Amino acid sequence: MFESQIAPTYHLEPSEEQESDFILNLGPQHPGTHGVLRVILHMDGEYILTADPVLGYGHRMQEKIAENMTWAQVLPYMARMDYLSALSYNQAWVCLVEKMCGYEVPPRAEYIRVLTTELNRISSHLLWFGAFLLDLGAFTPFLHAFEDREKLLDLLETITGSRLTYCFFRFGGVGADVDATFLRETQEFLDQMRAHLPGYHELVTGNVIFEHRTKNVGVILPFDTSGYGLSGPVLRGSGEAYDVRVKEPYSIYPELKFNVPVEQTGDCMGRYLVRLAEIDESLNMIDQILANIPDGDIQAKVPKIIKPPEGEASMAVETPRGELMIYAVSDGTKIPYRVKYRVPSFANLSIFSKMARGQLLADALAILGSLDLVIPEIDR
Amino acid sequence: MIKSYVRDIITGLGSLLTGMKVTIKVMFTKGNTVEWPRQTAQLPEKFRGHIMLVPNESTGFAKCIACGSCVRACPSNCITVKGAKPEGAKKKSPTLFALDFTKCSLCGLCVESCPVDAITFSRDYALVDYSSKPFSAMNLLDDVASPFSGGSE
Repeated sequence: MFESQIAPTYHLEPSEEQESDFILNLGPQHPGTHGVLRVILHMDGEYILTADPVLGYGHRMQEKIAENMTWAQVLPYMARMDYLSALSYNQAWVCLVEKMCGYEVPPRAEYIRVLTTELNRISSHLLWFGAFLLDLGAFTPFLHAFEDREKLLDLLETITGSRLTYCFFRFGGVGADVDATFLRETQEFLDQMRAHLPGYHELVTGNVIFEHRTKNVGVILPFDTSGYGLSGPVLRGSGEAYDVRVKEPYSIYPELKFNVPVEQTGDCMGRYLVRLAEIDESLNMIDQILANIPDGDIQAKVPKIIKPPEGEASMAVETPRGELMIYAVSDGTKIPYRVKYRVPSFANLSIFSKMARGQLLADALAILGSLDLVIPEIDR
Repeated sequence: MIKSYVRDIITGLGSLLTGMKVTIKVMFTKGNTVEWPRQTAQLPEKFRGHIMLVPNESTGFAKCIACGSCVRACPSNCITVKGAKPEGAKKKSPTLFALDFTKCSLCGLCVESCPVDAITFSRDYALVDYSSKPFSAMNLLDDVASPFSGGSE
């Protein structure tokens, strides 16, 4: 009974036209799906006829949980949604509550926020780089990426206290100040990362096998992008220069000079190049922040118990995977009345069925990898 | 036709060799791994282990005043505190301070909410056991002296 509710049963019977069709279950425990994503593939030999993602294996009722917590208590839960870019989620939530209550954030705190978020973005892209190439059968780039990522995690651990599920930002400020040692080590990391990035291109981008696996595979045409609500590198790989940091600027992004990398091809290679270019842009941003970080307070005066005035607000930020929007309604009490998350991975996954149609099974894994999905974020 | 086929093979081989060059270069650099348990990595200063009580420097009793700030701040309801006034004292002292570490998400909101800085993070990371029992009710008062006569209870 329950099985029929979660899985579209019509795929479990072979279709009448083609007797040779068979059903292949990809996941929910397949390493290529990076989490508990299940895809029901309707195959004709090696070719995919239809691909239906089945969601909900990691559903934790994050929105309902938020309705039973105080505004401050929701913050640790934010990191559990997208564990690879926890600071972006932190930022969305604190900015939303600050917007509702009208708190002013000291400039130093804003600089620290963007500095750590951009470091987090690099670490997320590095993990994606390793995992994507692991999907394609290359093991060495994974080790290269994780060596650099390890330095980054150590760096973030020294100021936030955790390596992955950060709970670092506070309403009206940040949890801890950065010291000269941290800034110096960040500069060292920048130099090291800049020295290693050309190696990444040498190792992977020009590789003949990689080119064959990614060029003209999983093409998203520009007119498809808006209908599916795509965002982030998946959208920018198809020639659309949409970035929340530029279109709806928040925090100190208007003061920073950075480009929005765009590729016109729309295939897996395009999305790959966009992400690597984004690492470079983030490094440039961190450079500017290190040069301009002001002195001063890191925490504005806010009441101990947060009670936003009655009303509603929404806040969008650019996570490494795309546009995250949080919408919240307050009824004037210390507990949110309603919280809604609009997550990038969910929208990005929606185009997968269309992209996978008619492709080889091995290419479907390349496409899944190039979308950079985080399943707990989709299921939340 | 044949020409482009041969050219593809040569450029393809060239790209593989370029990648191989990066690998060979890395072979001669120093590794980054720490061979645990013979070596241990250094814990950062802000490492967040499970919480523990801070003793008062002069008396050795817990600084905690059993006000319940941490209980209210915790998003996972994993702290239980009961307090009473010891004889002749002005402030309350905890008679029970239990942590359900199986629920704890190590967010640190309890440490931040404490008005007297009576909670801190331990540096204990090797928390391993065959069952969840030792962690579902950790009695944090075990590590500090008790102002109540007759042990920590």
